[in-house]
Amino acid sequence: MKTLITSIRILLFFTILTGIVYPLFVTGIVQFAFKDKANGSLIVKGNNVIGSKLIGQQFDSTIYFSSRPSAVSYNPLPSGGSNLGITNLKLKRTVEERKLSFIRFNQVDGLTDIPSEMLFASASGLDPHISPKAALLQVDRIAVARKFSSVQRSRLNETIENLTEKPQFYIFGEERINLLMLNIELDKLSAADHIFKIDAFSGKVYTKSNCYKH
Amino acid sequence: MTTLDYIQLIVFFSVLTGLTPILGNFMYKVFTGQKHFMLSVYGWLEKLTYRASGIDPRKETDWKSYTFNLLIFNLSGLVFLFLIQVFQSYLPLNPANLPDVSWHSAFNTAVSFITNTNWQGYAGETTLSYFVQMLGLTVQNFVSAATGLAVILAMIRGLSNKSSEKLGNFWVDLTRSTLYVLLPLSILLSVTLVGQGVVQNFKTYDTVQTLEGTEQILPMGPAASQIAIKQLGTNGGGFFNTNSSHPFENPTPFSNFLEMLAILLIPAALTFTYGKMVGSVRQGWTIFSAMLILLLAGLSISLYAEYSANPVFGHLALMEGKETRFGITNSILWATSTSAASNGSVNAMHDSLSPLSGMVAMINIMLGEIIFGGVGAGMYGMIIFVILTVFIAGLMVGRTPEYLGKKIQAFEVQMAMLAILLPNFVILLFSAIASVSNPGLSSINNTGPHGFSEILYAYSSAAGNNGSAFAGLNANTVFYNLTLGIGMLIGRFGVIIPVLAIAGSLGKKMITPTSAGTFRTDNWLFIGLLISVILIVGGLTHFPALSLGPIVEHILMNQNITF
Repeated sequence: MKTLITSIRILLFFTILTGIVYPLFVTGIVQFAFKDKANGSLIVKGNNVIGSKLIGQQFDSTIYFSSRPSAVSYNPLPSGGSNLGITNLKLKRTVEERKLSFIRFNQVDGLTDIPSEMLFASASGLDPHISPKAALLQVDRIAVARKFSSVQRSRLNETIENLTEKPQFYIFGEERINLLMLNIELDKLSAADHIFKIDAFSGKVYTKSNCYKH
Repeated sequence: MTTLDYIQLIVFFSVLTGLTPILGNFMYKVFTGQKHFMLSVYGWLEKLTYRASGIDPRKETDWKSYTFNLLIFNLSGLVFLFLIQVFQSYLPLNPANLPDVSWHSAFNTAVSFITNTNWQGYAGETTLSYFVQMLGLTVQNFVSAATGLAVILAMIRGLSNKSSEKLGNFWVDLTRSTLYVLLPLSILLSVTLVGQGVVQNFKTYDTVQTLEGTEQILPMGPAASQIAIKQLGTNGGGFFNTNSSHPFENPTPFSNFLEMLAILLIPAALTFTYGKMVGSVRQGWTIFSAMLILLLAGLSISLYAEYSANPVFGHLALMEGKETRFGITNSILWATSTSAASNGSVNAMHDSLSPLSGMVAMINIMLGEIIFGGVGAGMYGMIIFVILTVFIAGLMVGRTPEYLGKKIQAFEVQMAMLAILLPNFVILLFSAIASVSNPGLSSINNTGPHGFSEILYAYSSAAGNNGSAFAGLNANTVFYNLTLGIGMLIGRFGVIIPVLAIAGSLGKKMITPTSAGTFRTDNWLFIGLLISVILIVGGLTHFPALSLGPIVEHILMNQNITF
């Protein structure tokens, strides 16, 4: 009985210390030191939050760089992967279909080496990145859809280069590009030349400069 | 693999090895009650803990009371965690208005977190309120790891005591482990992780309008503080469903590096602490070397398998269930570390690994979580194998086996065998039941041998207190929640009790002085013997089951057969 009481008392003590004081203490520090990051690295445009820099969004339309396949269609509640095994026929067929549709959608040569992240679903279903190579393969299709001039096209290529993230501190991780940031820059590129605002669904072309207000 | 991949691996293992003596020496000071710099920061907190809980820190107990205190403490945690889940809708800090958790899921989760398994049958962001995540899960992340440390400390005292029954004070070990080791490291890591982009707030979930005009709801919460301790305490239970593959849990390659390092940091450093405490740093490095060799062997096989072309997908890099920012090498390094260290957090979906990589993860768990292993748990699990090795070596040369001057006799070997057999019994028996029964089979996600692998992995993970999964298996059913819950309890306390019994028995013995005839346990010969014993025991036990799962799957994959 004495042990039980001691147990409950020390559990209560540690619950307060590690369950309340510790998270609040950490929250206090980071809300001061890294406020933006602690709150989800949100991207704000005007009065609207249009996403988080870290959480991928689904991009299917011809005017945007496409996102990786996702088992949860980029719905974060809850996150998830496909959990299909390598010997699963469904996975094999899905990958073949994705390959064909990537080739058709982007009008690339059938023998092109398609980066494999565009054929396989990510672990979280929310992967915010693709490889720079996967982005470059989509430039032609986007330039046609947005009726880009050759100047805009070369600027787009520059944008891809500028947004490419090298391995962190030259050592860690893979070369990658943040898709949401890239697509935002893409919209700016259209808007900057006062040419187009394109409705993602109807494909209609407008000559307004602000693409974010619907 | 590119040069950069090799550099990342070398950097990782160099940093790990470099930090081992530094943290190991610090823990040595903490656990032996010597002066250390954290005392001045919050030595007062230690005194406050004893006063608030009515503990006399000077009172040492024998192994039975030590075990009893440990069990009752864990039981209190179990009941508390169960209750706050089934009543979470009546409790505060639930901005997403999540409903009460079902009784079987709550039982499973409560067992899972008190046993340092942190298996998750639920999806965090759609199941548990901030209240439960903080006051329930985060707390158990600390104290279950501290419990593991307490057990290894008792074991060390058993080995170094000269004819004494006293194994120390469970409450003191628990308190010091939490306050001086786990808490400061967690604060340091969680702040650094937020600097990389991990979320830490108490906001409601954010609704955003995406570029293409659809709605996306972004889950939030105090994630960083939980992630830091889930990695350091070899817990592994994620804040979000997809654990450390979720960009809010692990946003950059550097956060990934730190989180991977945190998985192995304390278990590795403990080998040094152990060496210091038993009076020979060499003994510690011997165990460290055996662990590192096993880890590197598994890692090599796993990397080779994952980078090999196969007939099903040709030369395509196998990016299914992997994140672009981590790529294949970091995903495999994580998978190997997390399975070896009884952590169980993931940054890639193990279900989608190539068959042999999945098998390496499974073997790491099946060997008994002794390749670095859980905090404390890996070290005491390894000592069980050391005892067995010394015993077998003793039989071969025909003299009474001794370890660190303590005679290893029938009782110790019986208890050691019990600790080795109980988790294996759970893995094989429960997997067998699940693979021939409807409630077991109806949850699998993949057909063919991979479906069996999902079941085998689940029970291995439970019995080894690992917590990772072939997550395609829908384990949130009454059948799986209960059997896995029972498996976790046996896998934890079925090892802890025999270990403490051995500690009690060894403590009473005299220390025989070293002589020319003493069998040395700190050289390469012993490392070789130890590794052989581990592999033979693990191999004999699990080869048949593995051949039905990943091995046959690998062979079929190479013939381009899919299911």
